[in-house]
Amino acid sequence: MSHFEQEGDSHYADTAPGYERFDEHEPAEAFVSYLVGLGLATLLTIVSFFISGTTLVWGPSIPVALVVLAIAQMGVHLVFFLNITTGPDNVNNVMALAFGVLIVFLVIVGSLWIMAHLNHNMVPMDQIMQMQR
Amino acid sequence: MSAFEAAAGRGDLNHVGYDRESRDRRYPADELVSKRIIVGYGFWIFLLSDIVMFSAFFATYAVLVGATAGGPSGRELFNLRNVGIETACLLLSSFTCGLASIGAWAHRGCWFYSAMAATCILGAAFLFIEVHEFVGMVARGAGPTRSAFLSAFFTLVGCHGLHVTAGLLWLLTMMAQVFAKGFRADILRRVLCFGLFWHTLDIIWVAIFTVVYLMGVGQ
Amino acid sequence: MLGKLTWAAIPFDQPIPLFAAAFVGVAIISILAWITLKGWLPYLWREWITSVDHKRIGIMYILLAMVMLLRGFSDAIMMRSQQALAFRSDGYLPPEHYDQIFSAHGTLMIFFVAMPFVIGLMNFVMPLQLGVRDVAFPTLNSVSLWLTATGALLVNISLVVGEFARTGWLPYPPLSEITYSPGVGVDYYLWSLQISGVGTLLTGVNFVTTILKIHAPGMTYMRMPIFCWTTLASNLLIVAAFPILTATLAMLLLDRYLGFHFFTNEAGGNVMMFMNLIWAWGHPEVYILILPAFGVFSEVISTFSGKPLFGYRSMVMATMAICILSFSVWLHHFFTMGAGADVNAIFGIASMIIAVPTGVKVFNWLFTMYGGRVVYSTPILWSIGFMVTFLIGGVTGVLLAVPPADFILHNSLFLVAHFHNVIIGGVLFGAFAGYTFWFPKAFGFRLHEGLGKASFWCWIIGFYVAFMPLYVLGLMGMTRRMQHYDVAAWRPWLLIAAGGAVIILAGIILQIAQLAVSIRRREELRDETGDPWNGRSLEWATPSPPPTFNFAVLPRVEGRDAYWAMKQRVRQQGRLSEEPAYTEIEMPRNSATGFICAFFATFMGFALIWHIWWLVALAALGAYATFVVFAWRDRVEYIIPADVVARIDRANRSARSDALIHVPGAP
Repeated sequence: MSHFEQEGDSHYADTAPGYERFDEHEPAEAFVSYLVGLGLATLLTIVSFFISGTTLVWGPSIPVALVVLAIAQMGVHLVFFLNITTGPDNVNNVMALAFGVLIVFLVIVGSLWIMAHLNHNMVPMDQIMQMQR
Repeated sequence: MSAFEAAAGRGDLNHVGYDRESRDRRYPADELVSKRIIVGYGFWIFLLSDIVMFSAFFATYAVLVGATAGGPSGRELFNLRNVGIETACLLLSSFTCGLASIGAWAHRGCWFYSAMAATCILGAAFLFIEVHEFVGMVARGAGPTRSAFLSAFFTLVGCHGLHVTAGLLWLLTMMAQVFAKGFRADILRRVLCFGLFWHTLDIIWVAIFTVVYLMGVGQ
Repeated sequence: MLGKLTWAAIPFDQPIPLFAAAFVGVAIISILAWITLKGWLPYLWREWITSVDHKRIGIMYILLAMVMLLRGFSDAIMMRSQQALAFRSDGYLPPEHYDQIFSAHGTLMIFFVAMPFVIGLMNFVMPLQLGVRDVAFPTLNSVSLWLTATGALLVNISLVVGEFARTGWLPYPPLSEITYSPGVGVDYYLWSLQISGVGTLLTGVNFVTTILKIHAPGMTYMRMPIFCWTTLASNLLIVAAFPILTATLAMLLLDRYLGFHFFTNEAGGNVMMFMNLIWAWGHPEVYILILPAFGVFSEVISTFSGKPLFGYRSMVMATMAICILSFSVWLHHFFTMGAGADVNAIFGIASMIIAVPTGVKVFNWLFTMYGGRVVYSTPILWSIGFMVTFLIGGVTGVLLAVPPADFILHNSLFLVAHFHNVIIGGVLFGAFAGYTFWFPKAFGFRLHEGLGKASFWCWIIGFYVAFMPLYVLGLMGMTRRMQHYDVAAWRPWLLIAAGGAVIILAGIILQIAQLAVSIRRREELRDETGDPWNGRSLEWATPSPPPTFNFAVLPRVEGRDAYWAMKQRVRQQGRLSEEPAYTEIEMPRNSATGFICAFFATFMGFALIWHIWWLVALAALGAYATFVVFAWRDRVEYIIPADVVARIDRANRSARSDALIHVPGAP
């Protein structure tokens, strides 16, 4: 069969998340990858727990720090456990993830923004009930 | 089976269609797409939808976190030591699940079974602590019907717990399937999906312990 | 033992539902009897019910949609006649009943007519256009179909056993909470949608994976037909939006069943959060419906203009822009709830921005037709009708996107006219265009053209007569969902609207007649070549109907409008390309998993609604067992031998060769 060219073809095998690289790599390498992921995640978790209760850091920055640490840890999981990388073979997986992240962002931030305004403008039901007693 | 299919030699091939970007250097250009990639990607899409569902619960929790209706708030209820133990259990179980995947791909039975068993035990430990926490809260009059905050808490964390429970059921089913049918290609695909599922549950737990517990207590 | 279920659940004292139930019951029993007596049951079980073939599943989806259209439309006729009669009178439908009718009308039309129709079209056409054999997960496809059917069944059962929701098609709390809706109506709604929602989500996963991972050799993203692009966008939206619906309905269920306080008035519940979340799903939902219709129009217009689609790249970008932007506008459904001017303004502007890519699409369709030789067949009539009608509906939408205007028009008949304008003019006209366009491919014979045109004219005239008065009424201040009224100025408009409904009824009758006549005259209308419309994309390369495996050998694609290029080459060279080397083909086995799963899901849903807990547990166990049995299968595929493939393909090739090469005037 002849070799056919495709628009924008890449020279790497397509992969799916978690697609083990065992065809090309030793199990030992994958093991190391999981171990590194475990180590980093543990570190980030310990830091999160520590920061949440400490007075060493300026108080109002704690939620921000926690969010950053959480996102970092999610990244560790994605890269080391789920094998989502930025290689050309992973484009579909990254695009899907980006789409998901966008939706999650819109739903959560959008809802919070909208509800904050609604709650500010519209008196909650139980307060109306109290006013009527 | 044509020559290139024989040369491809990859487990099983789906004759449904061609792979959009398959340009693996070892195999001919018009490589038929592998089922492993299709199943893995499809399950990834499903997991993203699950994450969106959790985000709806997260949004609700965030909106209702202050609606304690005179009842207890997070600070009074949450025990960070237990949360730390739960987190350790789940994170370690994610690691052992990774080990199980390696064992499965290497077709090493005892590696696979022991890693899966470890994952099961750690997951069950997580669930035990969580159920214990829930029961304790209900006994103290801080059940989900007490206030909107508690409804949102029990639903968000409980939904995650339900997913873990379903995951454990799936885990046991996978062990049974490997036992019955060996490391057949379709069974391996399901092990792959299970691994994705279990890792994703840990990702969601990271969000939960940060937003619900750490921030809830920190106020 | 039977939970809340008693004999009082059957509406012996209400003549209309009782009569309707009896009528439907008799119809179902006679059809089942006819099928059984004719001995068709084994055939139906083997070839259709347990089929995992995307073509069969697509046809069944559309069948479900059409049957539900009849039920939803009868609800519409009842609403129109009630409003025509109820001037300073009670009409003939008591409020409790009227409320259920408009709720059922909306629920059925959106979830069990529009969704199945577009999903059915995408199911049938997309794999053929991509040049592949089936979708990524064929058995999952079957599960999706049957779970959707379960949802439809449950809503229809509510007519006979119990009641339906009285809250409108979206069950806003606190009305939908257990305190104010203690009956089973809202529960029927919730469980029916949760079950069918699972099916729809699985479809989304299935189709996204298929489009992004499976295709014929050479079919890159930018060579896919636009219908496949709109299918991709629509299914990405399904994957992104339906989980929100699942979560929101689950929270309402928790409130109702377990006394949670998400949306209650007391204990800190926030009613407004329901509206926020449900519309975060609801707006993408309408784009899920319209995008495939846009795809249909792209295919139909380019085929019947004899030209490639104008502005392919801009069409793709517009489609994906609509996909992303549809998640940024949802607040425009509740401008009046009180979020304030800042929030309203931002979402209002976003709602206007989203009209721009749609405008790009309309211009591209117009430019496709311009300079082409337009053949005025039924599908193109639907398309032109769509462009005019949808334009009006879209423009009224942009008007409603202006918050101050919306404050006057929210929940008036103006809004009702707007969304029917875009859904009927857009989704339904697109569905009918696709139905007429691809019918010959699915069944091997065309639909009767004259009756098709007649039904189109009845539909479009009926639509305008039924809904333009509603715009006027909205501007005059009439609210939606009114069971009776006493404003004399409204009366003439409502009478006209009722007349429009009757004209649409004539259109529906003509469509039924068209189908019956076409079946009876199918030999005259036979599609011999597989390409009755001189089509441009790969589905027209297959025989009509296509064999199970679609293509004997997956076609090599070298550009857009792949089949058109193949035909041009054949015409130039005066002969077909070489006969390929036929090999055996593996296809997925049929599976009863979908049907059996849905069987248990039906019982589980019914039991949950009526609080029959032991039946819930039993049905859940049954569903799980079905799943395990499916997972334990050893043989999942069967082989079609090479000589069978060869025989079918050679017949196709000779039909094509006759059609393409011996055409008078061809070289």
